[in-house]
Amino acid sequence: MPLLEAKHLGIAFGGLRALEDVNFQLEENQIMGLIGPNGAGKTTVFNLLTQVYQPTEGTIELEGKSIIGKKTYDVTRGGIARTFQNIRLFKDISVLDNVRIAMNYQMKYSALAGILRLPSYWKEERAMTERAMDLLSVFNLQDLAESKARNLPYGQQRKLEIARALAASPKVLLLDEPAAGMNPTETHELMESIQLIRDRFSISILLIEHDMSFVMGICQRLVVLDYGRIIAKGSAEEIRTNPKVIAAYLGGE
Amino acid sequence: MNRKKVTVYGVILVLILAIYAVVTGLTDAGVLNSYYSGILIMVCINIILATSLNLSTGFLGQLILGHAGFMSVGAYAAALFTLRAGLPDSIDFLVALLVGGLTAALFGLLIGIPALRLKGDYLAIITLGFGEIIRVIIINLDFTGGARGLRGIPKETNFSWVYLLAVLTVAIIFAFIHTRHGRAVISIREDEIAAEASGVNTTYYKLLAFIMSAFFAGIAGGLYAHHIGILNPSKFDFNYSVEILVMVVLGGMGSITGSVIAATVLTILPEALRDFSSYRMLAYSVVLICVMLFRPSGLLGQYEISLTRLFGKLSGSKGNKTTKNPASGGEKGA
Amino acid sequence: MGFISQVINGLGLGSIYALVALGYSMVYGIVQLINFAHGDIIMVGAYAMFLLLTLAGAPLWAAVLGSILFCVVAGVFIERVAYRRLINMKAPRISLLITAIGVSIFLQNLSQLLFTSSGRTIPSMFDLGTLEAGSLQVPSGSIINILTSVAMMVGLSFLVNKTKIGKAMRATSEDADAARLMGINTNHSIAFTFGLGSGLAAVGAVLYCNTYPMITPYMGGLLGLKAFVAAVLGGIGSIPGAMLGGYVLGVAESLTKGYISSSFTDAVVFGILILVLLVRPAGLLGRNVSEKV
Repeated sequence: MPLLEAKHLGIAFGGLRALEDVNFQLEENQIMGLIGPNGAGKTTVFNLLTQVYQPTEGTIELEGKSIIGKKTYDVTRGGIARTFQNIRLFKDISVLDNVRIAMNYQMKYSALAGILRLPSYWKEERAMTERAMDLLSVFNLQDLAESKARNLPYGQQRKLEIARALAASPKVLLLDEPAAGMNPTETHELMESIQLIRDRFSISILLIEHDMSFVMGICQRLVVLDYGRIIAKGSAEEIRTNPKVIAAYLGGE
Repeated sequence: MNRKKVTVYGVILVLILAIYAVVTGLTDAGVLNSYYSGILIMVCINIILATSLNLSTGFLGQLILGHAGFMSVGAYAAALFTLRAGLPDSIDFLVALLVGGLTAALFGLLIGIPALRLKGDYLAIITLGFGEIIRVIIINLDFTGGARGLRGIPKETNFSWVYLLAVLTVAIIFAFIHTRHGRAVISIREDEIAAEASGVNTTYYKLLAFIMSAFFAGIAGGLYAHHIGILNPSKFDFNYSVEILVMVVLGGMGSITGSVIAATVLTILPEALRDFSSYRMLAYSVVLICVMLFRPSGLLGQYEISLTRLFGKLSGSKGNKTTKNPASGGEKGA
Repeated sequence: MGFISQVINGLGLGSIYALVALGYSMVYGIVQLINFAHGDIIMVGAYAMFLLLTLAGAPLWAAVLGSILFCVVAGVFIERVAYRRLINMKAPRISLLITAIGVSIFLQNLSQLLFTSSGRTIPSMFDLGTLEAGSLQVPSGSIINILTSVAMMVGLSFLVNKTKIGKAMRATSEDADAARLMGINTNHSIAFTFGLGSGLAAVGAVLYCNTYPMITPYMGGLLGLKAFVAAVLGGIGSIPGAMLGGYVLGVAESLTKGYISSSFTDAVVFGILILVLLVRPAGLLGRNVSEKV
């Protein structure tokens, strides 16, 4: 059984079909790339997987259970966490708190226990802070824990967003253009960190990216979208030589 | 808990007690007459109102324009309870306050469930509408005394009670902000979509913060009712809601110490400037506009005046780099 | 009074709400601001009428034009001084909203200082007496209101849909950044929207003075609020919606006065608002817009 499976997924916005008959499977510990020209519907796929939008047709199953109709926060709790194309951090609070907020649902102490500072508060807060610092150090952000998120340089903001998504303890991580705006060195580092987190947290990753060397270098499987439909699936090598894909990117027939 | 934190808590406690001792001492010595102690009681009531509104507006990021409406619900509920229930004096007052707070919280729940589903500014309008409707209803009902007002409420509020409750309110809201629940509330202000994607049940936390706000406004209402002795529905109008909002905005949206200071100053200042009272609202409006134009998040912004930081500077050590300290001195200005 | 007369009077009152609601709706459409000070523009217009008619002794037509012109200038001036900086720095909406509340309080209290809080009476304006058709009796004011509001809406629709500045306004409200890239001066189209809205509010003020000749510094508060309710009811951002909302609200108010009790009209108005937001948050004619993720 695949970890995440989308079957015949489609959505229409006021008569405009943004996605049609999208099928794919994500296996455990797999890094899969979702590529395609601008406007192909890649981010819409993410919005469906996290139930920001309701699909008009098709199903999404995580570990064999449908997630259709769930609230976004419930999907996250169930194991699908994401980042956003145009970074959405909690800008005016600390880097550490950005990560701790995603751990909120994994803690148990009640509001009253928190206000009264009962032992459960101290115990859970300490454990959480430790875990958050661990996560930050994966991305080499531990020294910036107390800075406001808005003060981080662009590349580090992207990393923080990934750290925050990981803090939600996902089984599937959705990365929307993680390398956008990064220089070659940063991109290279990011490739290494993504492989590292896949192994360390044993999760599967689905990522949208335009940087082809990045995608080809790290993804075991690729899915190519064009005009809301899947036009090709396969390994990096198969995709590279697929005439349909080449046509879609070059705009010819 | 580390030693520094214990010291800070200790110093805050000493400060709170010292302020209390000074005020009661001056009152006993006859330096503060009943006019001045009346002002001090209003300072504390406004501190409760401003910090509780800050929870919704500053930390949750939802503009509430009917805080005085929740206060009036609490005031009438508490006053009617005292007048009708006939409990022994010793517990009557406290139970009445609790009734006031819970009634206001109930109204918060009833309004919040539908209103908080809506995005953007509609909550502001709905709370404004609520404040107006509540006033019309109170005026048109018999058991609330109608437009003539509700009279004969025993004046059981004194400085000790109101001070204690102000300190408690500030401490509770401060403590709440630094729990996982408080952080979830803040995340909604920062980015609702990202909060939802981080597993935060935004509807639940909006409702929680909103109800807490209403609860404390209700307590403040109960204190007010038992302070003045007469309730007049026209007191709790849109202008009073705006006055509380000005305290929050001036102090800084998201700064509890800011609210405490602003509530104190903005209660005392108009009394000191009574001769210019016709200019007061005009001055408020100009200040409000200028603060928004040049410091959109309020004078202190989200900055908290912190004893921990102060100690750090005094002892010359670098600010502690470990974790955010939940015990920065919030109760200082009370 | 018969049911039909009640409805016609309601439509007359609703016409005033509708004219004011148009301003709320257009401004909200272009900068997503509930312009709290918009209602107070009615008060500004009413006092301008009062001053021109009594102190300056101007003829009626000059007073009407003068008051409209004054409100347009006031609207543009307020936008320039109080809002533009915040709009251009993309400040949080809550800051913009608080500024608008500040402007509203400022206008009310300034006029209280200038004219005291006691009301003033406007000399009678367009008085054609009571119109009669068979057993039906309707004050001429209501008919004038209805006709004026319809004419204004037709004119406004033409302006927004057919003229160059109208296109610029629509482009700015659709996507200000893109409009700027296309060479549209968005500051101009925003200022124009404020001026236009204020002008319509002044027309509302003239009609108000004609129907209810008593004016006070605080008259704009509740009136503006009700007009805003009308805009939300009709679907904020929609011109026909604002008109429809205004009429519905006016009739509801008139019927409440006639058949229930005049002390409950405000409660009914806000009750309608809450009900609409629960059942159909986008309003009667509005469209649902969700945030792009």
